[in-house]
Amino acid sequence: MTVLEQAKALRWTRRHVLDTDDWTRDEIEAVLETSGAMVEILKRPVRKAPPLRGKTVILFFAEASTRTRVSFELAAKALSADVTTISASGSSVEKGETLLDTVRTLHALGGDVVVMRHASSGAPYFVAERSDAAVINAGDGWHAHPTQGLLDAYTLRGALGDLQGKRIVIVGDVLHSRVARSDIHTLVPLGARITLSGPPTLMPLAWRRGQLPACVTYEADLDRALEDADGAIALRLQKERQEGGLLPSLREYSRVWGLTEARVRLMRPNAPVMHPGPMNEGVEIDAAVAHGARSLVERQVTNGVAVRMALLYLLVGTPLDEH
Amino acid sequence: MGTRSSGGTPRTVLLGADDVRRAVSRIAHEIVERDRDLSALAIVGIRSRGDVLAQRLREALRVHEHVTVPLGALDITLYRDDLTRIGYAPVVHESALDFSVDDKVVVLVDDVLFTGRTIRAALDALVDYGRPRAIRLAVLVDRGHRELPIRADFVGKNVPTRATDDVRVHLVEVDGRDEVELVAREQVIA
Repeated sequence: MTVLEQAKALRWTRRHVLDTDDWTRDEIEAVLETSGAMVEILKRPVRKAPPLRGKTVILFFAEASTRTRVSFELAAKALSADVTTISASGSSVEKGETLLDTVRTLHALGGDVVVMRHASSGAPYFVAERSDAAVINAGDGWHAHPTQGLLDAYTLRGALGDLQGKRIVIVGDVLHSRVARSDIHTLVPLGARITLSGPPTLMPLAWRRGQLPACVTYEADLDRALEDADGAIALRLQKERQEGGLLPSLREYSRVWGLTEARVRLMRPNAPVMHPGPMNEGVEIDAAVAHGARSLVERQVTNGVAVRMALLYLLVGTPLDEH
Repeated sequence: MGTRSSGGTPRTVLLGADDVRRAVSRIAHEIVERDRDLSALAIVGIRSRGDVLAQRLREALRVHEHVTVPLGALDITLYRDDLTRIGYAPVVHESALDFSVDDKVVVLVDDVLFTGRTIRAALDALVDYGRPRAIRLAVLVDRGHRELPIRADFVGKNVPTRATDDVRVHLVEVDGRDEVELVAREQVIA
Protein backbone atom coordinates (compact mmCIF):
# COMPACT_ATOMS: atom_id res chain seq x y z
CA MET A 1 0.00 0.00 0.00
CA THR A 2 1.42 3.39 -0.95
CA VAL A 3 1.23 6.35 1.40
CA LEU A 4 -1.50 7.81 -0.77
CA GLU A 5 -3.54 4.61 -0.57
CA GLN A 6 -3.06 4.48 3.18
CA ALA A 7 -4.55 7.94 3.46
CA LYS A 8 -7.51 6.78 1.40
CA ALA A 9 -8.06 3.67 3.51
CA LEU A 10 -10.57 3.66 6.30
CA ARG A 11 -9.53 3.22 9.87
CA TRP A 12 -10.84 -0.30 9.81
CA THR A 13 -9.07 -3.50 10.78
CA ARG A 14 -11.84 -5.61 12.26
CA ARG A 15 -12.64 -9.10 11.06
CA HIS A 16 -15.96 -9.40 12.87
CA VAL A 17 -18.78 -7.22 14.14
CA LEU A 18 -19.66 -8.75 17.50
CA ASP A 19 -20.29 -5.77 19.78
CA THR A 20 -19.51 -2.07 19.55
CA ASP A 21 -18.52 -1.81 23.23
CA ASP A 22 -14.81 -1.71 22.40
CA TRP A 23 -15.02 0.36 19.22
CA THR A 24 -13.27 3.68 18.84
CA ARG A 25 -15.14 6.74 17.67
CA ASP A 26 -13.12 6.52 14.41
CA GLU A 27 -14.45 3.04 13.72
CA ILE A 28 -18.03 4.12 14.32
CA GLU A 29 -17.50 7.16 12.08
CA ALA A 30 -16.06 4.92 9.34
CA VAL A 31 -19.28 2.89 9.31
CA LEU A 32 -21.51 5.98 9.36
CA GLU A 33 -19.58 7.67 6.53
CA THR A 34 -19.71 4.55 4.41
CA SER A 35 -23.43 4.20 5.14
CA GLY A 36 -24.04 7.60 3.55
CA ALA A 37 -22.63 6.33 0.25
CA MET A 38 -24.79 3.20 0.54
CA VAL A 39 -27.95 5.28 1.04
CA GLU A 40 -27.19 6.88 -2.34
CA ILE A 41 -26.92 3.46 -4.01
CA LEU A 42 -30.37 2.54 -2.71
CA LYS A 43 -31.81 5.58 -4.49
CA ARG A 44 -30.42 4.69 -7.94
CA PRO A 45 -32.48 3.20 -10.77
CA VAL A 46 -30.33 0.06 -10.43
CA ARG A 47 -30.05 -0.54 -6.69
CA LYS A 48 -27.00 -2.73 -6.91
CA ALA A 49 -23.22 -2.39 -6.81
CA PRO A 50 -20.67 -5.17 -7.34
CA PRO A 51 -18.17 -5.21 -4.42
CA LEU A 52 -19.34 -8.57 -2.97
CA ARG A 53 -19.60 -10.36 -6.30
CA GLY A 54 -18.62 -13.99 -5.87
CA LYS A 55 -18.94 -13.82 -2.08
CA THR A 56 -21.42 -15.85 -0.07
CA VAL A 57 -23.27 -14.43 2.91
CA ILE A 58 -24.93 -17.00 5.18
CA LEU A 59 -27.79 -15.74 7.31
CA PHE A 60 -27.90 -18.02 10.34
CA PHE A 61 -30.98 -17.11 12.36
CA ALA A 62 -31.38 -19.45 15.33
CA GLU A 63 -33.96 -17.09 16.82
CA ALA A 64 -37.04 -15.82 15.02
CA SER A 65 -36.63 -12.53 13.18
CA THR A 66 -38.09 -11.25 9.96
CA ARG A 67 -37.11 -7.60 9.87
CA THR A 68 -33.42 -7.95 10.65
CA ARG A 69 -33.05 -10.99 8.41
CA VAL A 70 -34.72 -9.30 5.44
CA SER A 71 -32.67 -6.16 6.04
CA PHE A 72 -29.41 -8.15 5.90
CA GLU A 73 -30.64 -10.07 2.88
CA LEU A 74 -31.40 -6.88 0.95
CA ALA A 75 -28.07 -5.39 2.02
CA ALA A 76 -26.07 -8.41 0.86
CA LYS A 77 -27.96 -8.59 -2.43
CA ALA A 78 -27.54 -4.87 -3.11
CA LEU A 79 -23.79 -5.52 -2.96
CA SER A 80 -24.11 -8.51 -5.32
CA ALA A 81 -23.37 -11.26 -2.78
CA ASP A 82 -24.99 -14.66 -2.94
CA VAL A 83 -27.22 -15.12 0.09
CA THR A 84 -28.44 -18.24 1.78
CA THR A 85 -30.49 -18.56 4.96
CA ILE A 86 -30.42 -21.12 7.75
CA SER A 87 -33.28 -20.53 10.16
CA ALA A 88 -34.04 -22.27 13.43
CA SER A 89 -37.47 -23.62 12.68
CA GLY A 90 -37.43 -26.56 10.32
CA SER A 91 -33.65 -26.87 10.41
CA SER A 92 -31.30 -29.21 12.18
CA VAL A 93 -31.00 -26.61 14.97
CA GLU A 94 -34.50 -27.61 15.99
CA LYS A 95 -33.48 -31.25 15.86
CA GLY A 96 -30.90 -30.61 18.55
CA GLU A 97 -27.79 -29.93 16.51
CA THR A 98 -25.20 -28.25 18.71
CA LEU A 99 -23.78 -24.85 17.87
CA LEU A 100 -20.42 -26.51 17.25
CA ASP A 101 -22.00 -28.82 14.66
CA THR A 102 -23.58 -25.81 12.99
CA VAL A 103 -20.22 -24.05 12.89
CA ARG A 104 -18.70 -27.08 11.15
CA THR A 105 -21.52 -27.02 8.63
CA LEU A 106 -21.10 -23.31 8.00
CA HIS A 107 -17.39 -23.88 7.52
CA ALA A 108 -18.01 -26.66 5.02
CA LEU A 109 -20.50 -24.51 3.13
CA GLY A 110 -17.73 -21.96 2.62
CA GLY A 111 -19.53 -18.75 3.53
CA ASP A 112 -17.43 -15.59 3.50
CA VAL A 113 -19.66 -13.80 5.99
CA VAL A 114 -21.95 -15.35 8.61
CA VAL A 115 -24.70 -13.10 9.93
CA MET A 116 -26.10 -14.69 13.05
CA ARG A 117 -28.86 -14.22 15.56
CA HIS A 118 -28.96 -16.44 18.60
CA ALA A 119 -30.90 -16.57 21.86
CA SER A 120 -27.68 -17.16 23.85
CA SER A 121 -25.51 -14.18 24.70
CA GLY A 122 -22.00 -14.70 23.37
CA ALA A 123 -22.91 -17.29 20.71
CA PRO A 124 -21.43 -15.15 17.88
CA TYR A 125 -18.08 -15.05 19.75
CA PHE A 126 -18.11 -18.85 19.87
CA VAL A 127 -18.66 -19.02 16.13
CA ALA A 128 -16.15 -16.26 15.34
CA GLU A 129 -13.38 -18.11 17.20
CA ARG A 130 -13.99 -21.33 15.29
CA SER A 131 -14.75 -20.08 11.80
CA ASP A 132 -12.87 -18.72 8.81
CA ALA A 133 -15.77 -16.47 7.95
CA ALA A 134 -16.36 -12.94 9.14
CA VAL A 135 -19.14 -12.98 11.73
CA ILE A 136 -21.74 -10.25 12.18
CA ASN A 137 -23.82 -10.37 15.34
CA ALA A 138 -27.46 -9.74 14.42
CA GLY A 139 -28.53 -9.97 18.06
CA ASP A 140 -27.41 -12.39 20.79
CA GLY A 141 -29.57 -12.88 23.86
CA TRP A 142 -29.65 -9.83 26.11
CA HIS A 143 -26.10 -8.94 25.12
CA ALA A 144 -25.77 -6.87 21.94
CA HIS A 145 -27.33 -5.90 18.65
CA PRO A 146 -24.53 -3.80 17.14
CA THR A 147 -26.11 -3.16 13.74
CA GLN A 148 -29.21 -1.73 15.47
CA GLY A 149 -27.01 0.60 17.54
CA LEU A 150 -25.20 1.78 14.40
CA LEU A 151 -28.39 2.33 12.40
CA ASP A 152 -29.92 4.23 15.33
CA ALA A 153 -26.80 6.44 15.48
CA TYR A 154 -26.92 7.01 11.71
CA THR A 155 -30.64 7.87 11.84
CA LEU A 156 -30.27 10.22 14.82
CA ARG A 157 -27.36 11.99 13.15
CA GLY A 158 -29.48 12.47 10.05
CA ALA A 159 -32.15 14.16 12.15
CA LEU A 160 -30.05 16.03 14.73
CA GLY A 161 -26.66 16.54 13.07
CA ASP A 162 -23.68 16.26 15.41
CA LEU A 163 -24.66 14.28 18.53
CA GLN A 164 -22.13 16.04 20.76
CA GLY A 165 -23.94 17.04 23.98
CA LYS A 166 -27.33 15.81 22.73
CA ARG A 167 -29.44 13.99 25.33
CA ILE A 168 -31.31 10.89 24.23
CA VAL A 169 -33.88 9.09 26.38
CA ILE A 170 -34.10 5.29 26.18
CA VAL A 171 -37.29 4.06 27.82
CA GLY A 172 -38.51 0.58 28.58
CA ASP A 173 -37.18 -2.86 29.45
CA VAL A 174 -33.49 -1.98 29.58
CA LEU A 175 -32.64 -5.10 31.59
CA HIS A 176 -33.47 -7.53 28.78
CA SER A 177 -32.62 -5.20 25.90
CA ARG A 178 -29.61 -5.81 23.67
CA VAL A 179 -30.80 -2.76 21.70
CA ALA A 180 -30.42 -0.48 24.74
CA ARG A 181 -26.90 -1.73 25.38
CA SER A 182 -25.82 -1.35 21.76
CA ASP A 183 -27.40 2.11 21.52
CA ILE A 184 -25.42 3.20 24.58
CA HIS A 185 -22.17 1.77 23.18
CA THR A 186 -22.66 3.58 19.89
CA LEU A 187 -24.23 6.90 20.87
CA VAL A 188 -21.96 7.69 23.85
CA PRO A 189 -18.68 7.59 21.83
CA LEU A 190 -20.34 10.02 19.39
CA GLY A 191 -20.79 12.52 22.23
CA ALA A 192 -24.40 11.86 23.23
CA ARG A 193 -25.68 11.61 26.79
CA ILE A 194 -28.21 8.93 27.62
CA THR A 195 -31.06 9.07 30.12
CA LEU A 196 -32.54 5.66 30.83
CA SER A 197 -36.10 5.42 32.05
CA GLY A 198 -38.44 2.52 32.81
CA PRO A 199 -39.65 0.35 35.67
CA PRO A 200 -36.93 -0.27 38.30
CA THR A 201 -37.67 -4.01 38.01
CA LEU A 202 -36.56 -3.82 34.35
CA MET A 203 -33.25 -2.02 35.04
CA PRO A 204 -29.97 -3.84 35.70
CA LEU A 205 -29.49 -3.87 39.48
CA ALA A 206 -26.17 -1.98 39.46
CA TRP A 207 -27.55 0.70 37.16
CA ARG A 208 -30.64 1.13 39.32
CA ARG A 209 -28.31 1.65 42.27
CA GLY A 210 -26.45 4.40 40.44
CA GLN A 211 -23.38 2.50 39.20
CA LEU A 212 -23.94 3.58 35.60
CA PRO A 213 -21.61 3.74 32.60
CA ALA A 214 -20.10 7.14 31.74
CA CYS A 215 -22.56 9.66 30.25
CA VAL A 216 -25.56 7.51 31.25
CA THR A 217 -28.11 8.40 33.94
CA TYR A 218 -31.29 6.73 35.21
CA GLU A 219 -34.46 8.72 35.79
CA ALA A 220 -37.42 6.66 36.96
CA ASP A 221 -39.89 9.47 36.22
CA LEU A 222 -40.39 9.42 32.44
CA ASP A 223 -41.86 12.94 32.29
CA ARG A 224 -38.79 14.32 34.00
CA ALA A 225 -36.50 12.26 31.75
CA LEU A 226 -38.16 13.59 28.60
CA GLU A 227 -38.09 17.23 29.62
CA ASP A 228 -35.89 19.12 27.11
CA ALA A 229 -34.49 15.87 25.69
CA ASP A 230 -33.19 15.87 22.10
CA GLY A 231 -34.72 12.52 21.18
CA ALA A 232 -36.28 9.34 22.56
CA ILE A 233 -36.00 5.64 21.81
CA ALA A 234 -38.82 3.38 23.03
CA LEU A 235 -37.89 -0.28 23.57
CA ARG A 236 -40.16 -3.16 22.70
CA LEU A 237 -41.88 -4.64 25.74
CA GLN A 238 -41.86 -8.41 25.58
CA LYS A 239 -45.28 -9.50 26.76
CA GLU A 240 -43.86 -12.43 28.70
CA ARG A 241 -42.25 -10.02 31.20
CA GLN A 242 -45.65 -9.54 32.76
CA GLU A 243 -46.02 -13.27 33.27
CA GLY A 244 -42.62 -13.26 34.95
CA GLY A 245 -44.01 -10.92 37.62
CA LEU A 246 -41.82 -7.97 36.63
CA LEU A 247 -44.83 -5.86 35.62
CA PRO A 248 -48.23 -5.44 37.23
CA SER A 249 -50.11 -5.08 33.92
CA LEU A 250 -49.65 -3.89 30.36
CA ARG A 251 -52.21 -1.15 30.97
CA GLU A 252 -50.30 0.20 33.89
CA TYR A 253 -47.02 -0.02 31.94
CA SER A 254 -48.53 1.92 29.09
CA ARG A 255 -49.92 4.60 31.44
CA VAL A 256 -46.61 5.16 33.25
CA TRP A 257 -43.98 4.32 30.59
CA GLY A 258 -45.72 4.67 27.25
CA LEU A 259 -44.64 7.39 24.80
CA THR A 260 -47.83 9.42 24.34
CA GLU A 261 -48.34 12.59 22.33
CA ALA A 262 -48.54 14.64 25.51
CA ARG A 263 -45.25 13.15 26.73
CA VAL A 264 -43.22 13.63 23.56
CA ARG A 265 -44.17 17.32 23.65
CA LEU A 266 -42.07 17.59 26.83
CA MET A 267 -38.99 17.14 24.64
CA ARG A 268 -37.43 19.88 22.54
CA PRO A 269 -39.48 21.01 19.55
CA ASN A 270 -39.29 18.38 16.76
CA ALA A 271 -37.16 16.04 18.89
CA PRO A 272 -37.41 12.68 17.09
CA VAL A 273 -38.81 9.38 18.35
CA MET A 274 -37.42 5.98 17.38
CA HIS A 275 -38.32 2.34 18.00
CA PRO A 276 -36.36 -0.76 16.94
CA GLY A 277 -39.57 -2.57 15.98
CA PRO A 278 -41.76 -4.46 15.91
CA MET A 279 -43.89 -2.01 17.90
CA ASN A 280 -46.61 -2.83 20.41
CA GLU A 281 -48.71 0.18 19.56
CA GLY A 282 -50.68 1.37 22.57
CA VAL A 283 -48.21 -0.25 24.97
CA GLU A 284 -44.73 1.31 24.78
CA ILE A 285 -45.68 3.82 22.09
CA ASP A 286 -49.00 5.36 20.99
CA ALA A 287 -50.01 4.92 17.36
CA ALA A 288 -50.20 8.70 16.94
CA VAL A 289 -46.55 9.02 18.02
CA ALA A 290 -45.36 5.96 16.10
CA HIS A 291 -46.73 7.36 12.84
CA GLY A 292 -46.53 11.06 13.69
CA ALA A 293 -44.28 13.83 12.43
CA ARG A 294 -41.52 13.09 14.98
CA SER A 295 -41.32 9.41 14.15
CA LEU A 296 -38.15 8.12 12.47
CA VAL A 297 -39.30 4.51 12.58
CA GLU A 298 -39.56 4.08 8.82
CA ARG A 299 -36.28 5.84 8.23
CA GLN A 300 -34.65 3.43 10.71
CA VAL A 301 -35.77 0.55 8.51
CA THR A 302 -34.39 2.13 5.31
CA ASN A 303 -31.14 3.19 6.97
CA GLY A 304 -30.77 -0.29 8.44
CA VAL A 305 -30.15 -1.72 4.98
CA ALA A 306 -27.53 0.95 4.21
CA VAL A 307 -25.66 0.47 7.51
CA ARG A 308 -25.57 -3.30 6.99
CA MET A 309 -24.26 -2.76 3.45
CA ALA A 310 -21.51 -0.58 4.90
CA LEU A 311 -20.48 -3.30 7.37
CA LEU A 312 -20.50 -6.04 4.75
CA TYR A 313 -18.33 -3.89 2.49
CA LEU A 314 -15.87 -3.10 5.29
CA LEU A 315 -15.56 -6.73 6.37
CA VAL A 316 -14.95 -8.07 2.89
CA GLY A 317 -12.31 -5.40 2.31
CA THR A 318 -10.41 -6.62 5.36
CA PRO A 319 -8.07 -9.55 4.80
CA LEU A 320 -8.88 -12.73 6.70
CA ASP A 321 -5.23 -13.58 7.33
CA GLU A 322 -3.01 -10.86 8.71
CA HIS A 323 0.44 -11.22 7.17
CA MET B 1 11.69 -2.60 2.55
CA GLY B 2 10.01 -1.13 -0.47
CA THR B 3 11.27 1.78 -2.52
CA ARG B 4 14.81 2.93 -1.98
CA SER B 5 15.53 6.57 -2.41
CA SER B 6 18.97 8.11 -2.78
CA GLY B 7 19.12 11.83 -2.09
CA GLY B 8 15.49 12.75 -2.71
CA THR B 9 13.08 11.83 -5.49
CA PRO B 10 13.38 13.66 -8.83
CA ARG B 11 10.24 15.57 -9.71
CA THR B 12 9.30 17.40 -12.90
CA VAL B 13 6.47 19.87 -13.34
CA LEU B 14 4.41 18.71 -16.33
CA LEU B 15 1.74 21.41 -16.25
CA GLY B 16 1.75 24.73 -14.43
CA ALA B 17 -1.34 26.67 -13.38
CA ASP B 18 -1.67 28.41 -16.78
CA ASP B 19 -1.26 25.12 -18.64
CA VAL B 20 -4.04 23.54 -16.60
CA ARG B 21 -6.33 26.51 -17.31
CA ARG B 22 -5.61 26.38 -21.05
CA ALA B 23 -6.07 22.61 -21.20
CA VAL B 24 -9.50 22.83 -19.54
CA SER B 25 -10.55 25.64 -21.86
CA ARG B 26 -9.36 23.75 -24.95
CA ILE B 27 -11.17 20.56 -23.90
CA ALA B 28 -14.37 22.58 -23.42
CA HIS B 29 -14.06 23.86 -26.99
CA GLU B 30 -13.36 20.39 -28.32
CA ILE B 31 -16.46 19.02 -26.56
CA VAL B 32 -18.59 21.65 -28.31
CA GLU B 33 -17.00 20.97 -31.71
CA ARG B 34 -17.59 17.28 -31.32
CA ASP B 35 -21.26 17.40 -30.39
CA ARG B 36 -22.67 20.79 -31.48
CA ASP B 37 -26.07 20.03 -29.95
CA LEU B 38 -25.42 20.84 -26.33
CA SER B 39 -28.98 20.15 -25.14
CA ALA B 40 -28.21 16.48 -24.44
CA LEU B 41 -24.78 17.11 -22.91
CA ALA B 42 -23.95 16.19 -19.31
CA ILE B 43 -20.64 16.20 -17.47
CA VAL B 44 -19.75 13.60 -14.84
CA GLY B 45 -16.51 13.75 -12.90
CA ILE B 46 -14.80 10.84 -11.16
CA ARG B 47 -13.93 11.55 -7.54
CA SER B 48 -11.71 12.89 -6.16
CA ARG B 49 -10.04 15.17 -8.78
CA GLY B 50 -12.14 14.46 -11.86
CA ASP B 51 -15.20 15.97 -10.17
CA VAL B 52 -13.28 19.23 -9.70
CA LEU B 53 -12.20 19.27 -13.36
CA ALA B 54 -15.78 18.48 -14.39
CA GLN B 55 -16.94 21.55 -12.50
CA ARG B 56 -14.37 23.68 -14.32
CA LEU B 57 -15.41 22.28 -17.69
CA ARG B 58 -19.01 23.13 -16.96
CA GLU B 59 -18.00 26.65 -15.99
CA ALA B 60 -15.98 27.01 -19.24
CA LEU B 61 -19.04 25.91 -21.25
CA ARG B 62 -21.17 28.43 -19.39
CA VAL B 63 -18.75 31.27 -20.16
CA HIS B 64 -18.02 30.35 -23.79
CA GLU B 65 -21.33 28.88 -24.91
CA HIS B 66 -23.80 30.33 -22.40
CA VAL B 67 -25.21 26.93 -21.52
CA THR B 68 -25.42 25.27 -18.12
CA VAL B 69 -25.16 21.50 -18.49
CA PRO B 70 -26.06 18.96 -15.78
CA LEU B 71 -23.10 18.05 -13.56
CA GLY B 72 -22.57 14.83 -11.63
CA ALA B 73 -19.89 13.17 -9.53
CA LEU B 74 -19.15 9.44 -9.40
CA ASP B 75 -17.34 7.49 -6.74
CA ILE B 76 -16.12 4.26 -8.31
CA THR B 77 -14.72 2.54 -5.20
CA LEU B 78 -17.39 -0.18 -5.08
CA TYR B 79 -16.73 -0.96 -8.76
CA ARG B 80 -13.00 -1.52 -8.41
CA ASP B 81 -11.83 -4.91 -9.68
CA ASP B 82 -9.26 -5.34 -6.92
CA LEU B 83 -11.41 -4.81 -3.81
CA THR B 84 -10.92 -8.28 -2.41
CA ARG B 85 -7.21 -8.30 -3.27
CA ILE B 86 -5.90 -5.05 -1.88
CA GLY B 87 -6.34 -6.04 1.75
CA TYR B 88 -7.97 -2.90 3.07
CA ALA B 89 -11.26 -1.12 2.64
CA PRO B 90 -10.90 2.12 0.68
CA VAL B 91 -13.13 5.01 1.71
CA VAL B 92 -16.40 5.02 -0.23
CA HIS B 93 -17.65 8.52 -0.96
CA GLU B 94 -21.17 9.36 -1.96
CA SER B 95 -21.88 9.66 -5.65
CA ALA B 96 -24.04 12.62 -6.68
CA LEU B 97 -25.95 12.23 -9.92
CA ASP B 98 -29.36 13.81 -9.54
CA PHE B 99 -30.37 13.87 -13.19
CA SER B 100 -31.32 11.04 -15.54
CA VAL B 101 -28.47 9.99 -17.83
CA ASP B 102 -30.93 8.34 -20.25
CA ASP B 103 -30.26 9.56 -23.83
CA LYS B 104 -27.63 12.04 -22.62
CA VAL B 105 -24.19 12.46 -24.12
CA VAL B 106 -22.14 12.04 -20.97
CA VAL B 107 -18.59 13.33 -20.83
CA LEU B 108 -16.75 11.39 -18.13
CA VAL B 109 -13.93 13.43 -16.62
CA ASP B 110 -10.85 12.19 -14.76
CA ASP B 111 -7.51 13.70 -13.89
CA VAL B 112 -5.10 10.99 -15.07
CA LEU B 113 -5.65 8.16 -17.56
CA PHE B 114 -3.29 5.30 -16.71
CA THR B 115 -4.25 1.60 -16.73
CA GLY B 116 -7.84 2.33 -17.73
CA ARG B 117 -9.23 0.34 -14.81
CA THR B 118 -10.78 3.38 -13.12
CA ILE B 119 -12.58 4.24 -16.36
CA ARG B 120 -13.80 0.65 -16.73
CA ALA B 121 -15.25 0.92 -13.19
CA ALA B 122 -16.78 4.33 -13.96
CA LEU B 123 -18.49 2.96 -17.08
CA ASP B 124 -20.03 0.19 -14.98
CA ALA B 125 -21.15 2.68 -12.34
CA LEU B 126 -22.58 5.07 -14.90
CA VAL B 127 -24.79 2.52 -16.62
CA ASP B 128 -26.39 1.74 -13.25
CA TYR B 129 -27.94 5.20 -13.54
CA GLY B 130 -29.47 4.61 -16.97
CA ARG B 131 -28.58 4.36 -20.66
CA PRO B 132 -26.69 7.35 -22.04
CA ARG B 133 -26.81 7.94 -25.81
CA ALA B 134 -23.02 8.14 -25.77
CA ILE B 135 -20.21 8.28 -23.22
CA ARG B 136 -17.04 10.24 -23.97
CA LEU B 137 -13.88 10.52 -21.92
CA ALA B 138 -11.95 13.67 -21.06
CA VAL B 139 -8.71 13.55 -19.05
CA LEU B 140 -6.20 16.18 -18.02
CA VAL B 141 -3.21 13.86 -18.47
CA ASP B 142 -2.83 10.63 -20.45
CA ARG B 143 0.27 8.88 -19.14
CA GLY B 144 0.01 5.64 -21.13
CA HIS B 145 0.43 2.04 -19.85
CA ARG B 146 -3.12 0.94 -20.59
CA GLU B 147 -4.17 -2.50 -19.36
CA LEU B 148 -7.63 -2.35 -20.94
CA PRO B 149 -8.83 -1.32 -24.42
CA ILE B 150 -9.83 2.21 -23.39
CA ARG B 151 -8.86 5.58 -24.92
CA ALA B 152 -9.72 9.19 -24.19
CA ASP B 153 -11.69 11.47 -26.56
CA PHE B 154 -10.26 14.67 -25.09
CA VAL B 155 -6.76 14.91 -23.60
CA GLY B 156 -5.12 17.91 -21.91
CA LYS B 157 -1.60 16.55 -22.29
CA ASN B 158 -0.04 13.27 -23.37
CA VAL B 159 2.97 12.38 -21.22
CA PRO B 160 5.31 9.44 -21.72
CA THR B 161 6.05 7.89 -18.32
CA ARG B 162 7.56 4.82 -16.77
CA ALA B 163 5.04 2.51 -15.14
CA THR B 164 6.75 3.08 -11.79
CA ASP B 165 6.45 6.88 -12.00
CA ASP B 166 3.83 8.80 -10.07
CA VAL B 167 1.79 11.50 -11.81
CA ARG B 168 0.33 13.81 -9.19
CA VAL B 169 -2.41 16.27 -10.03
CA HIS B 170 -2.93 19.18 -7.65
CA LEU B 171 -5.98 21.38 -8.03
CA VAL B 172 -6.73 24.63 -6.19
CA GLU B 173 -10.10 23.43 -4.88
CA VAL B 174 -8.54 20.42 -3.16
CA ASP B 175 -4.82 21.08 -2.83
CA GLY B 176 -4.51 24.86 -2.84
CA ARG B 177 -2.61 25.06 -6.15
CA ASP B 178 -2.90 24.03 -9.81
CA GLU B 179 -0.01 21.84 -10.89
CA VAL B 180 0.70 18.46 -12.41
CA GLU B 181 3.99 16.87 -11.49
CA LEU B 182 5.80 13.70 -12.34
CA VAL B 183 7.64 11.99 -9.53
CA ALA B 184 10.15 9.42 -10.74
CA ARG B 185 10.54 6.44 -8.49
CA GLU B 186 13.59 4.26 -8.50
CA GLN B 187 12.90 0.73 -9.58
CA VAL B 188 12.92 -1.62 -6.64
CA ILE B 189 15.76 -4.07 -7.06
CA ALA B 190 14.72 -7.36 -5.56
